[in-house]
Amino acid sequence: MSVTRLLVLTWAALLLLLALTVAASFLLVGPPSLAAGIGIAAAKAALIFWVFMHLREDTGLLRVVAIAAFAWLGILFALGGLAYLG
Amino acid sequence: MTESVSPYTDRRQRHAADMMGMYLFLGTEIMLFGGLFAAMALTRLQHPAEYVAHSRELHLWIGAWNTVILLTSSLFAALAVHAAREGAGRAAARWLGATAAFGLGFLALKATEYTLEFREGLLPVTGGDGALSEPVQRLFMHLYLVSTGLHAVHLTIGICVVTGLAWRLRRAESARAIPVEITGLYWHLIDVVWVFLYPVLYLAR
Repeated sequence: MSVTRLLVLTWAALLLLLALTVAASFLLVGPPSLAAGIGIAAAKAALIFWVFMHLREDTGLLRVVAIAAFAWLGILFALGGLAYLG
Repeated sequence: MTESVSPYTDRRQRHAADMMGMYLFLGTEIMLFGGLFAAMALTRLQHPAEYVAHSRELHLWIGAWNTVILLTSSLFAALAVHAAREGAGRAAARWLGATAAFGLGFLALKATEYTLEFREGLLPVTGGDGALSEPVQRLFMHLYLVSTGLHAVHLTIGICVVTGLAWRLRRAESARAIPVEITGLYWHLIDVVWVFLYPVLYLAR
């Protein structure tokens, strides 16, 4: 598959996911709605990182560096949430 | 004979080092916005019903169209990188110009949205907050204004960098791909931030 074709298909997939997340906001409420919103956003972010930001071409070490911040973010959320869930 | 002082053994290693430096910087950006997302998560955890009620007051369709604009601008940025890698400087400049134009389109629509919210009394600024009655509503709209405002500042910086790069490449017969790639990474990260801001702020139900 040519690079241009891959980029345009990725863009089309992103728009499809956007339509899906808007539709989900009309159909779901509460925790399922939150899960759909965050889940679809994560799928879109993964597509952007993998194709548009070239992680699919990069080495393993570079991939780890690129997504390491999300691990730190997980720690921030876990520790921040603990104070309120207890 | 000149002795090379380059710390790199080959081009591939140099490319990886450049990308890694940029990803480290983007990590600090992720943490910057991450703090705001953590604040939104805890606000929703503590006030689930109010959070949803105030999310419903935002302009869902303006946000959706702005997402379309930003995702399309990211496609153009990716096409600019592809052109630069092929050595097509002018084509890269044209795609970068399109990227910046769509970025400006996003800002114009965002400004229209802020104006509407100001008139509705929902914006927590002097003269625009007449309809803000509850503390949680005020907190939600503050989080909305600060996070989308910080995003708009980043996008403005992105537009300046992309425009500058397009100007430099406008008559280039060839192009060094790395500056275009690094600028592209920054642009795509701004896109990723919006991809999360949109459902978290506009689509809470």
